[in-house]
Amino acid sequence: MANMMLEMRNITKRFPGVKALDNVNLQVEEGEIHALVGENGAGKSTLMNVLSGIYPYGSYEGEILYQGEECRFSEIKDSEEKGIVIIHQELALVPYMTIGENMFLGNERGLRYGINWEETYTKANELLNTVGLREPSRTLVKDIGVGKQQLVEIAKALAKNVKLLILDEPTASLNEADSRKLLDLLLQFKKEGLTSIIISHKLNEISYVADKITIIRDGATIETLNNKTDDISEERIIRGMVGRELIDRFPKRSESHIGEIGLEVRNWNVYHPLYHGRKVVDDVSFHVRKGEVVGIAGLMGAGRTELALSIFGKSYGTNISGTLLIDSQEVNLKNTRQAIDKKLAYITEDRKGDGLILDNPIRINTTLAKMDKVSKNGIIDKDLEVIAANDYIQKLKTKCTSMEQVVGNLSGGNQQKVLVGKWMFADPDILILDEPTRGIDVGAKYEIYCIINQLVAEGKSILLISSELPELLGMCDRIYIMNEGRMVGEVMKEEATQELIMGQILKSSKGV
Amino acid sequence: MVKARELLKKNIMLVALVVITIIFAIGTEGTLLVPQNVTNLISQNGYVVVLAVGMLICILTGGNIDLSVGSVVALVGAIAGTLIVNMELNIWLSILICLAVGILIGVWQGFWIAFVRIPAFIVTLAGMMLWRGVALIVLDGLTISNFPQNYLKLFNSYVPDVFEGEFNVVSVLIGVVICLVIIALQIISRINKKRKGYELENLISTLIKTVAICGVIIALTVTLGRHNGFPMILILLSVVVIIYGYYTTKTVPGRYLYAMGGNEKAAKLSGIKTNKVLFLAYVNMSFLSAVAALMCVARFNSAAPTAGTNYELVAIGACFIGGASAYGGIGTVPGVVIGAIFMGVLNNGMSIMGIDSNVQKVVLGLVLLAAVAFDVISKRRSKNA
Repeated sequence: MANMMLEMRNITKRFPGVKALDNVNLQVEEGEIHALVGENGAGKSTLMNVLSGIYPYGSYEGEILYQGEECRFSEIKDSEEKGIVIIHQELALVPYMTIGENMFLGNERGLRYGINWEETYTKANELLNTVGLREPSRTLVKDIGVGKQQLVEIAKALAKNVKLLILDEPTASLNEADSRKLLDLLLQFKKEGLTSIIISHKLNEISYVADKITIIRDGATIETLNNKTDDISEERIIRGMVGRELIDRFPKRSESHIGEIGLEVRNWNVYHPLYHGRKVVDDVSFHVRKGEVVGIAGLMGAGRTELALSIFGKSYGTNISGTLLIDSQEVNLKNTRQAIDKKLAYITEDRKGDGLILDNPIRINTTLAKMDKVSKNGIIDKDLEVIAANDYIQKLKTKCTSMEQVVGNLSGGNQQKVLVGKWMFADPDILILDEPTRGIDVGAKYEIYCIINQLVAEGKSILLISSELPELLGMCDRIYIMNEGRMVGEVMKEEATQELIMGQILKSSKGV
Repeated sequence: MVKARELLKKNIMLVALVVITIIFAIGTEGTLLVPQNVTNLISQNGYVVVLAVGMLICILTGGNIDLSVGSVVALVGAIAGTLIVNMELNIWLSILICLAVGILIGVWQGFWIAFVRIPAFIVTLAGMMLWRGVALIVLDGLTISNFPQNYLKLFNSYVPDVFEGEFNVVSVLIGVVICLVIIALQIISRINKKRKGYELENLISTLIKTVAICGVIIALTVTLGRHNGFPMILILLSVVVIIYGYYTTKTVPGRYLYAMGGNEKAAKLSGIKTNKVLFLAYVNMSFLSAVAALMCVARFNSAAPTAGTNYELVAIGACFIGGASAYGGIGTVPGVVIGAIFMGVLNNGMSIMGIDSNVQKVVLGLVLLAAVAFDVISKRRSKNA
């Protein structure tokens, strides 16, 4: 048996209100490629952040043994000194610097107050050669494609004398050829003795490169499979990823009153706002009926949020094309104001970032999207505002000291209720809920589900975007499956299972 | 106890203003509060209040500032001089033209800032040079002076004393009327709230607050009465403060300013046209710069190419001392007025005490830094708690 390179023992990491990791164990042998798989939010990235020192020693429980000695990293620099380098999903390169400058950023050649550029670029070119990137190191990073940028990241890691390379979804934004190239590069490095950990959703890629596969679910390690001895078919891995019991976590809807089509989208295309060549939403068509909850399943980056935002008054993307129908009438929503006037609401996945004004009280947040209901000729009637705010606090059972409490001081679940209340106040007929239960506790989730049921009972159309499959299965009448910008499937409530959905997503991924 | 501390924290600049006034009143052996000096303080610092209110609107949208203010004051002043003195145009028409020029300048700058999205700092830095240059061209580098009396009277005169006594009774009467209005408004609001069954503010604290405000107003008008009376400029200032105070707290466009500064993305997704909000903030800023320009040419009785130098910095300073957040979304008109008075008292007090003007600058700089540092640190603490 080879030497143990890394051992993470009983790692437990708590965030306010949630246990992100619960006694996680991970063993990586020297010279192997170890894959880490699990659903979104299972805890993979958290575990890697613990390892690399982003979450410093003391903020978690458990111990990390690396090359036989215990490690207590308090920042990334500590782990990098030991040769542990992590390459994040979102590339961390500075676009307006050259490849060479990026590779040695924070690790400059020469003196602190006298950088040796000759050495930098010579060394950079050598390393670029190693990773098979034929591009002069004086090229600006913004001028090369994503695939090449990923290679630059790896070269950058090599420049730090990497011994353990961690790749978080390295092929997520790459095409087939580039992905293949990257994976082959990893296999080549393996021969030269490099150990790597790869986080990926593309199971075919994993069975191609990985020696061992550790499955994480709900912040706990489920099992570690060995490529040589165990069955590592996709079905087997998916079962490990989703195999949890479905308890009665969802309130029953009394009876369904599914009616006419409320929202319909035909042949919708959206391009990336910065990289105009990149199609984020690709020929998507779907519809939601009145009184119906329709889900969209998919992995992070599948284009679900982008789809929702582009429908909601073109809040995302460029070159948007396609047909949007509300109550069977074609509409062209140029901005969010028009979308709201057409009784559309988008409840964001990022309530702190773009949903609420954290410094402002509940009252002001509640009325913001529909000020004309509490004002006359532009003059605010504060009394009406007070009534509205109190009304939604009671309806949604928001826990707060008063409607003047600043929303930044509320718990996540109560912030979410304020956000939902804000959009209910805008009197929408169609509500797009993007990850409405992210980061809130089970009790608050249940209450949000109750609100959803109440809304459909009133005949509203609900589009529910969620990365939690059980939530979609528990709440939706129909589920669309989206992957890489396209709708790749549609299942009715009765036939939907986690395995089926996960399988469809993974099979449609453009792997190797 | 906790409540008292909170109250203190909320009104910290007001307390600071009272403290500094007392210190300088003692330091100047009472000269600071002599009627003539109080009248001076008002006419010297009137433009600061007008500019600071406009600057607050810009800052609220997200910490954006306007550096072109001083140059706009110079340019509009130059145009006013040309129209009124050189061309002897009707003064009302001239004033209208000057205000229109202010709005046009705002439209120009607002366009680049809000629709092309060039950072406000850069656009207004360009404006600072550009408008100063235009002012110099208009004036040909010379100063225009000797404005007609009917123009000067608009800004520099006092509400006439009908009783023509030693003591200006009208000034006090104005004060009494204002106090009565304030008290009436308080009573009406209380009755309304009671009728609709809303929570009422503690009666004692309302009483104390009202009495304190009325006390200050009466004291001020009595002081002014002992000199020349109630200055016209104070009426103009009151109108500006009341309009913008109302705009920021009670209107939908006012609410949008705070929403945009608090979280621009959230504001946008709430259907607020943030570009328009930003655009109007800058149009308004230049409009108020024109108002300030008209006040300044009257006060100096001249339009000089160097007029308005550093006015933008004084206005920005008043905003931050008055509690506006450098990141936007936080700040009030009364706060900014307090900030402006604070800087005025500081300047005036130090001048009377004969403190070297170079030292005065050092003190002002330190006070500004202290005020913003206090804001940042107290916020950090409340986030940790």
